[in-house]
Amino acid sequence: MTDSPLIIAGKSFSSRFLLGTGKFKNKKDLADSINASKSEIVTVALRRIDLERHEENILEYIPAHVTLLINTSGARTAQEAVRIARLAKASGCGHWVKIEVINDSKYLLPDNAETIKATEILAAEGFMVLPYITPDLYTARALVKAGAATVMPLGSFIGSNQGLRTKEFIQVLINEIDLPIIVDAGIGAPSQAAEAMEMGAAAVLANTAVATAQNPASLARAFALAVEAGRLAYLSGLPLQQSLARASSPLTGFLYDDAAAN
Amino acid sequence: MMTLPQIKNILNDHRPESVEELAQEAAQITRQHFGRAISLYGPIYLSNFCSSHCTYCGFNSHNKINRMKMTPEQYRKEMQFIQSQGIRNIIMLTGESHKHTPVSYLKEATQIASEYFQGIALEVHPMETAEYKELFAAGVDGITVYQETYDRARYAQVHLSGYKKDYDFRYATPARAAEAGMRHISIGILLGLSDAANDVYAILQHLRELERSFPGVEYGISFPRLRTVKTESLASCDVDDVQFVKIIALTRILFPRVSINLSTREAPRLRDHLLDIAITRMSAGSNTSVGGYTLLEEKEQDPQFDIKDERSVDQIVKLLKSKDFDPVFTDWRHIENSV
Amino acid sequence: MNIIINGTSQELNSSKNLSDIVSTFCKESKHVITELNGAIIPSNQWAGTSLKEGDNLELVTFVGGG
Repeated sequence: MTDSPLIIAGKSFSSRFLLGTGKFKNKKDLADSINASKSEIVTVALRRIDLERHEENILEYIPAHVTLLINTSGARTAQEAVRIARLAKASGCGHWVKIEVINDSKYLLPDNAETIKATEILAAEGFMVLPYITPDLYTARALVKAGAATVMPLGSFIGSNQGLRTKEFIQVLINEIDLPIIVDAGIGAPSQAAEAMEMGAAAVLANTAVATAQNPASLARAFALAVEAGRLAYLSGLPLQQSLARASSPLTGFLYDDAAAN
Repeated sequence: MMTLPQIKNILNDHRPESVEELAQEAAQITRQHFGRAISLYGPIYLSNFCSSHCTYCGFNSHNKINRMKMTPEQYRKEMQFIQSQGIRNIIMLTGESHKHTPVSYLKEATQIASEYFQGIALEVHPMETAEYKELFAAGVDGITVYQETYDRARYAQVHLSGYKKDYDFRYATPARAAEAGMRHISIGILLGLSDAANDVYAILQHLRELERSFPGVEYGISFPRLRTVKTESLASCDVDDVQFVKIIALTRILFPRVSINLSTREAPRLRDHLLDIAITRMSAGSNTSVGGYTLLEEKEQDPQFDIKDERSVDQIVKLLKSKDFDPVFTDWRHIENSV
Repeated sequence: MNIIINGTSQELNSSKNLSDIVSTFCKESKHVITELNGAIIPSNQWAGTSLKEGDNLELVTFVGGG
């Protein structure tokens, strides 16, 4: 059984594993991880150039065929996210943007309302918008209306590696929203990525787990395999988990009684 | 959501345990979402004038029956009687006639009904969104419209003339009512008209589609079984009791929050047992003839279908209480509908 | 002249244009994005953009991020 490709904003991808590029010890680890996982979409961020030190440009380590997803991290409002997106577009590196608007340094939870606003503005300007949110059905519906290309609900707090704490809420989005649902944040192990794919998610994004692993490239490959396995399981049709009804008095015995017919 | 083959497998599973398993699961889900509350309502047939010819219906335009349309004075009397029985939720029915029972007639009936009932639903001819908006503003909360069968070929065979012949207009009716703001929308199929598995699959798809497009509406579903009209049998694809129970159970399992209604077409015994499984709404003390509550003698009446459960409201309440159910006559206060 | 680059004050020869400044402060100009007084300046306009006293320049590039 072969899968159909992941289609986002009309563009076709054969990998359903997205890789974040933050927190890597060194850029070689990053390059190796991208190669090992065969990710076709990676996130990058924009920062001020360090005027004192001359750092190598991260883009040198990302293969040319990979789609860059610019993360608006650092933005605390819709306006700031819009500004970052426009700056990135000016570089000519494409117009795919992951909207991440966070005004909370304790939990790093995204601001769903500001995310909707930023999506409306940027989608209208021709950006491919992939918004990152706390899973919420109303927000997701508004994002569909605003022109988002996907919806990216968080699995658990950024960097926590806690997996799918928001599982039921993600399932609601998968059931009800007609856009690819990409689970992002909190994915700490390949098994969690597989779980998300088994539920019917379109793709999974992981960053911290890979970047901080002892052997990032190897773990990146494990993630890719897990995403494939989870997707295949989903397509194969997992047996429905029966909610076993508690044994109680029989309810349909009357159908077989020799009572008078209706 | 189940596939058609899955539904067929369930209906064709002849193991005696199969229906019990489904019933147990359905019962658990029903208790979880509805507790032991059973909503009670009563029907009033305002008029049996009908311009459509549906071969299975007592009111069809080719049937020689005494055509009657109640005046406001007449139906006020009927409504007073129904209210005196305890009913607070009424469904007003008419045959399908734009001429005899236009929006203006229905609006007036709604305004008068508002004096006696908290919840008002209509089961009349399919209308346009603008008409539903008007009726919503007048006080109608719910619309019931059954597709009868989703088998187009069969639909064409049994709907020979009149507005009802238009399959697509009827299909889109629940959506138009939802757009107009109606809070409760009920759909249904007439089991026995066509292949049960196909129709059950189709109606569940329709329901899923409506839920997606209009998530704020409370949906209801009904599976009347084609019955006798003045003892003449009309069904072509019989659905036996076991299958009937399975259909209701699996609907409950797939749609935990939808209201499942069981009409007085069904015998008391079946109604009572289905209460334990998945039914959450039932009519009581029903009469399906125009003027049948107070105006006409029984032999003068022309019912839309023969009633099997003739129990009065009091009898139904007694029954429900004996089974530890909570009969609910009105579950919300009337507020002005704003369009 | 004094201009603010990435939030810090820098003393510069006033004959320098934006292209010169980028070469001075950035290892390569390839993925540099410039925002002068809130407006994005595309790279093909750098040579033709001169700066004045008190200008606010942001030099931004891509880094790793989630």
